[in-house]
Amino acid sequence: MFHIYCPHCAEHREEEEFHPKGQAHIARPMDPEACSDEEWGDYLFFRDNPRGIHHELWVHAVGCRKFFNITRNTVSYEILETYKVGEQPTITAESLSQDKKMTADGVTVADGGLQTEGESDSAVNTSKEAKV
Amino acid sequence: MSNAQQFDTRPVVDNESEIAVESPLAFSRHRSGAPKAKADTRVTVRERAFLGHLVLRGGAIVLDEALREVVGLGLPGEPLGLVQDEGGKRSIQWISPDEWLLIVPGGEEFDIERRLREALGDAHFSISNVGGGQTVLELSGEAAREVLMKSVSYDVHPSHFPVGKGVTTVFAKSTVVLRRPSEERWELVIRRSFADYLYRWILDAGAEYTIGVEG
Ligand SMILES: [Zn+2]
Repeated sequence: MFHIYCPHCAEHREEEEFHPKGQAHIARPMDPEACSDEEWGDYLFFRDNPRGIHHELWVHAVGCRKFFNITRNTVSYEILETYKVGEQPTITAESLSQDKKMTADGVTVADGGLQTEGESDSAVNTSKEAKV
Repeated sequence: MSNAQQFDTRPVVDNESEIAVESPLAFSRHRSGAPKAKADTRVTVRERAFLGHLVLRGGAIVLDEALREVVGLGLPGEPLGLVQDEGGKRSIQWISPDEWLLIVPGGEEFDIERRLREALGDAHFSISNVGGGQTVLELSGEAAREVLMKSVSYDVHPSHFPVGKGVTTVFAKSTVVLRRPSEERWELVIRRSFADYLYRWILDAGAEYTIGVEG
């Protein structure tokens, strides 16, 4: 069972009160009419499936019924932070890999669950698109 | 003044042939019974039927101002807050960052809605009368908290659930608003469609404490 902190209710609640809603920070194209089929298809159907840090949209379905975001490790299932829609994550795959570089004196270390440098590219892109 | 249509959902009873108003639990009491409290009763349940329930949505600042003017009670200052007037007859509960539940004595709600709409003017808000869709069950007695512990995963220990708190959570797989207006009493705001199921659940869960039904 997850024990999830709802940033609106400002306390931890049982997982049964929540529903996951998929990847967070998916920005609707500013000018949908000008999209290529590929861009529109990417927006509608294609989602990241990272091993490691993932930003997800959840809804407190049985509580306050508000949406919010969770930064979660898809390997360890650890929830690293929750934050309101419109805010940016403070923990990203990129920020974690930079911490690692510093601790390992310039060498990126990959251990259980956390992403290696190469794999973090998609997540970096995700947070770039995240200016919703 | 908004141009929303308003009407009093409560029928005016002006002759004896009027159809009686029935609580959502009228048939449940008939079918499942309403055991009387006995000497060893440690929990009692009572329905607070026919109260006025209004769901208020909008910005906290404008709603707070209008409520102080009309009801004499401001919004709770914090999430999960529940405030009441002195007699405990009128209460306002935080439901979500832009939503509050106002419960008043039955019959007051239409006038309060009208006056709130007047006070709110052109502000961005909504007021819904949901009194027909839900009812209030009150649990009291020394074993009330034990009945809750059998029914919700939410932590109802006094250190986590003080007087003046209210949450929307899962109760026996259905949704309830659970709130604590005083040391001795817990209130469940339940939906009409779940009322029979929850009433029977509570009778069953309270059987080991010789539950009694009042009112
Ligand atoms: Zn919540």
